Amino acid sequence: MKLTGAEILCESLTKLGVRHLFGYPGGAILPVYDALGKSKLHHILVRHEQGATHMADGYARASGGVGVAMATSGPGATNMVTGIATAMLDSSPVVCITGQVSSKLLGSDAFQEIDITGVTMPITKHNVVVSRAEDIARTVREAFVIANSGRPGPVLVDITKDAQQASCDFNWDASTPRLPPKRQRINYDQAEFERAVELLNNSKRPLILAGHGIMVSGAMRVFDDFVHAGNLPVAMTLLGIGCFPANDPLNLGMMGMHGEAWVNHAIQEADLLIAVGMRFDDRVTGDLRTYAKDARKIHIEIDRSEINKNVKVDSALIGDAREVLEQLLPRLEHRERGDWLRHIRELKGDSAVRDIQGLPDNGHLYAAHVINDLWKETRGEAIVVTDVGQHQMWEAQYYHHNLPRTLITSGGLGTMGFALPAAIGAKFAKPESDVWVVVGDGGFQMTMCELATIVQEKIKINIAIINNGFLGMVRQWQEFFYDKRYVATPLVAPDFAALANAFGIRGERITSRTDVTPTIRSARESSESVLIDFRVEQEDSVYPMVPAGGALHEMIRRPDSPLVETATEP
Amino acid sequence: MQTLVAYVENKPGVLNRVSSLARRLAINIDSLTVGPTENEEIARMTIVAHTDEKGAHRLEASLEKLVDVRLAENISERSLLERDLALIKVTADQQSRPHLMELIKVFRARVIDVAPESLILEVSGTVDKIDGLLEVLRPFGVLEMARTGRIAMTRGSDLLRPPGVPQKPADAEAAMTSQAK
Ligand SMILES: Cc1cc2nc3c(=O)[nH]c(=O)nc-3n(C[C@H](O)[C@H](O)[C@H](O)COP(=O)(O)OP(=O)(O)OC[C@H]3O[C@@H](n4cnc5c(N)ncnc54)[C@H](O)[C@@H]3O)c2cc1C
Ligand SMILES: Cc1ncc(C[n+]2csc(CCOP(=O)(O)OP(=O)(O)O)c2C)c(N)n1
Ligand SMILES: [Mg+2]
Repeated sequence: MKLTGAEILCESLTKLGVRHLFGYPGGAILPVYDALGKSKLHHILVRHEQGATHMADGYARASGGVGVAMATSGPGATNMVTGIATAMLDSSPVVCITGQVSSKLLGSDAFQEIDITGVTMPITKHNVVVSRAEDIARTVREAFVIANSGRPGPVLVDITKDAQQASCDFNWDASTPRLPPKRQRINYDQAEFERAVELLNNSKRPLILAGHGIMVSGAMRVFDDFVHAGNLPVAMTLLGIGCFPANDPLNLGMMGMHGEAWVNHAIQEADLLIAVGMRFDDRVTGDLRTYAKDARKIHIEIDRSEINKNVKVDSALIGDAREVLEQLLPRLEHRERGDWLRHIRELKGDSAVRDIQGLPDNGHLYAAHVINDLWKETRGEAIVVTDVGQHQMWEAQYYHHNLPRTLITSGGLGTMGFALPAAIGAKFAKPESDVWVVVGDGGFQMTMCELATIVQEKIKINIAIINNGFLGMVRQWQEFFYDKRYVATPLVAPDFAALANAFGIRGERITSRTDVTPTIRSARESSESVLIDFRVEQEDSVYPMVPAGGALHEMIRRPDSPLVETATEP
Repeated sequence: MQTLVAYVENKPGVLNRVSSLARRLAINIDSLTVGPTENEEIARMTIVAHTDEKGAHRLEASLEKLVDVRLAENISERSLLERDLALIKVTADQQSRPHLMELIKVFRARVIDVAPESLILEVSGTVDKIDGLLEVLRPFGVLEMARTGRIAMTRGSDLLRPPGVPQKPADAEAAMTSQAK
């Protein structure tokens, strides 16, 4: 059967199980768009190619599958760069397809020619230029394999226009991936494994550090078994949130810069850390010289280059988290750990039993209250997609996720503007789920054009803008470390509710606590998207905070205020 | 200084990926050589990097994450041979020539071009040896120099074969004969 390269691309994507792709057309990708029109693929027209990559990323994170984004050559491709880097740093499987000028023009500075594989080399897991129709099917298959195997990551496939236009035989069965053979390494030997078992069974004060890799590996069940079999307390990274239910008594909450105080103290006092699918990011460890000095460390990690990168470990079990945990589980012995668990409960103090729901608000609206009320109203079951800043940290502290893949956030790159497009992607992956965007007034203004995408696609998403009139997280740093010199952080915004209306979306503005829950409820009940502009306290800060590079146990604590630092029980 | 060997796909752009990776990891490359192997699909690289053992581990493991890298190995701690090749154009007039020829003999270099005012020498060996020769040639006037950078190989039965090809020549023969059947 003879097909054009463009048709082969659409056929291949369909055969790979793709149903949605997010993109924006242009000259160098037009043949593909023409073929898309004849295919069963659902193309979502975005308003900016950065949005397409974040949508594909959100789609991937919500589903665990590959998200696909598409753009034309030149400016279309370069607009994708931020989204690709975001996916790279959070190990998200995204395949980006870009059009490229015809192969005979390559290297001639032709109209809209950019060496996008050169540009994206350091921010993709792999990238490739395809200049023959014959190579399209195999290359796309390879891209999917690479993106979603091992440690996932973004792959960019740049297809020249002549390859899209040329015709050739399409033979799916003959276009199986042909990736270079790799050396098979022995991940760990018996001695390394036995060392881990011994450390596990002999430790008095163990603590698990649970990361994003647990979700990637699909290890949630065995992880749960492992935790309970060993009676091991768990701390989570930001990206690990959801891998283990927040309502499990062994779940302590988030660690790190804005982690719970008792979690960071527990880390500093532990005699064994069992890191599973997490990479000891600097937001997690703080000052490495003072980090968990008394603890031996076991690292369960698929990527060999992460071992001993930031933190030196005593036993490295390289491999897929699920497989390694399955191997360890039968050797793990139950321990009571009464003293240690009691000690952690003491560290926790009464902040966990007091409930911010019932606390006075002095007539002010606090972001923490909004998030807490959202959590209650959605029973902790919504998919929450956050942007970057203070609201992101409050979400992590006050929204207690019991289900995996329900917090979607940009951790490694910290990309403002991520939330709205990523939520659109998540909604396409999980159409039955209640999807909430939690976004700052700053970040929302970076990608708010995608409101039009929501309207054009007639999808239902709820948007909570935590509007503090500031680039809040930066303002907080200026408050703490630059003597309150608020340079370039006070921020004018449009009337977001009116803006929503202009897009054809219902908009609400909330200024008092009593209106929070009813408005959230009515948004949930509405069949259309709703945007809520929460006018919150302007100069509130996120506590506790470990200053960048500071020791994990030396946190800036919240001065007396109506808010407790967190509340883990309803 | 750490020495790594890598087997990579012999195709355009791979060298760029490798050097781009080293730059991203903030590891300075002292020398990087690449050449074909007996298998036309595979090239062999020798990378000498300004880093410590930890950096070399990171580089090695990160290199192996590249799709086009079949194997990367830090061989710094192994028993190995390292060689560098240099072509050196040195001023040589009637007066200095005899003295030069003596040095050339000591260093076991070869004269590969003779011109009225200069000679081109070819010398191979360890970096130290070549640096040593350069040192003594400098007073004569070194006009031009080209060096290949280091290539390295582990000694004896310590084999470093590329993945995806028969691991021992005997296996290769066996594979060939079994194909013939
Ligand atoms: C404003 C801001 C503040 C932040 N504050 C905090 C904070 O207080 N606390 C915090 O924790 N984070 C914080 N972060 C996020 C932080 O920067 C990192 O993104 C986060 O800690 C990374 O979490 P992770 O290591 O679990 O996930 P990733 O960075 O995604 O790493 C996942 C790891 O799992 C491994 N892996 C992947 N697949 C598998 C598998 N199948 N089996 C085994 N291993 C696998 C990967 O190789 C990788 O090493 C903050 C971010 C921002 C923007
Ligand atoms: C694209 C981008 N630019 C700059 C930053 C630096 N930055 C981190 S948080 C932040 C402020 C975010 O403000 P806002 O969106 O209003 O959220 P808030 O912190 O107020 O909740 C800034 C500017 C970033 N993370 N991303
Ligand atoms: Mg703000």
